[in-house]
Amino acid sequence: MSRDAEDLNRRLLRARDAMDRAYAEPLDVRAVAAVAHISEAHFSRTFRAVFGETPHRYLQRRRVERSMFLLRETNRSVTDICLDVGFTSLGTFSRTFRQIVGETPSGYRAGHEPMAAPNCFQLAATRPWAAARGTPQSSRFGEATAAAAP
Amino acid sequence: MTTRLSVTTVKVLDQDEALDFYVNKLGLEKGQDIRNGPFRWLTVRFPGEPNVEIFLEKPGPPVHDEATAEQLRELITKGAMGSLVFETDDARGLYETLKARGVTDFTQEPTDHFYGTDMGIRDPFGNAIRILQPARNPQKVTA
Repeated sequence: MSRDAEDLNRRLLRARDAMDRAYAEPLDVRAVAAVAHISEAHFSRTFRAVFGETPHRYLQRRRVERSMFLLRETNRSVTDICLDVGFTSLGTFSRTFRQIVGETPSGYRAGHEPMAAPNCFQLAATRPWAAARGTPQSSRFGEATAAAAP
Repeated sequence: MTTRLSVTTVKVLDQDEALDFYVNKLGLEKGQDIRNGPFRWLTVRFPGEPNVEIFLEKPGPPVHDEATAEQLRELITKGAMGSLVFETDDARGLYETLKARGVTDFTQEPTDHFYGTDMGIRDPFGNAIRILQPARNPQKVTA
């Protein structure tokens, strides 16, 4: 691995950190790709090659993980939580949550109590992973086409 | 019986750059700096805490063959080589100080939790560092 590849990894990690930080905002692929100084056209494929999933899926897991936290720790409504973590449609949120977690947001809330662990542990330990192995979904992040490329 | 932690290791791509970051940005001090051929035993520690040192290790010979060193460098820059947790007495003040010193790789701005206020940064190579200001009177949690 050359220094170029190390530099690329580091820039992609910076973009991934940006998604972790700004998950609640309306992110688009152009803005995140810009953090990594990579063209929009190549970003999703390159990110997937390095981290094993598309940036869109990574962002979905980040948002779902935060929603799981809010479902456990607060009494906010599912609709409010959906908007809090960056989804703009309750239908998309519910579908994505079910797909990744395997149960509905309200079902998850009913089965889980607040977790007494440092936040950094919760971030890592409760990040849903199952659907990361699945087929990338079409999205406004646009990596579905990139992922389909050879 | 083992009794305490004295040295832990952070793998870095460049030891001089690492020293600059951990000393001049984060406020640690240089500990030992001993060279033996290509090997450099370089440590940092907190002022007043001489018994706990962090070895800033650069992957490569004589410890690692080049292929292994390449794998390690790849993992470091993916942020996959573990993390450090430091404490501070003023998380928000430190956050402003780090920004003023040109640190840009924040993974989390100072955030309040029941156990204190924490923040996250990365070192220049991708290693995660969490910095906690412990709560003065931690809330008892019985969950």
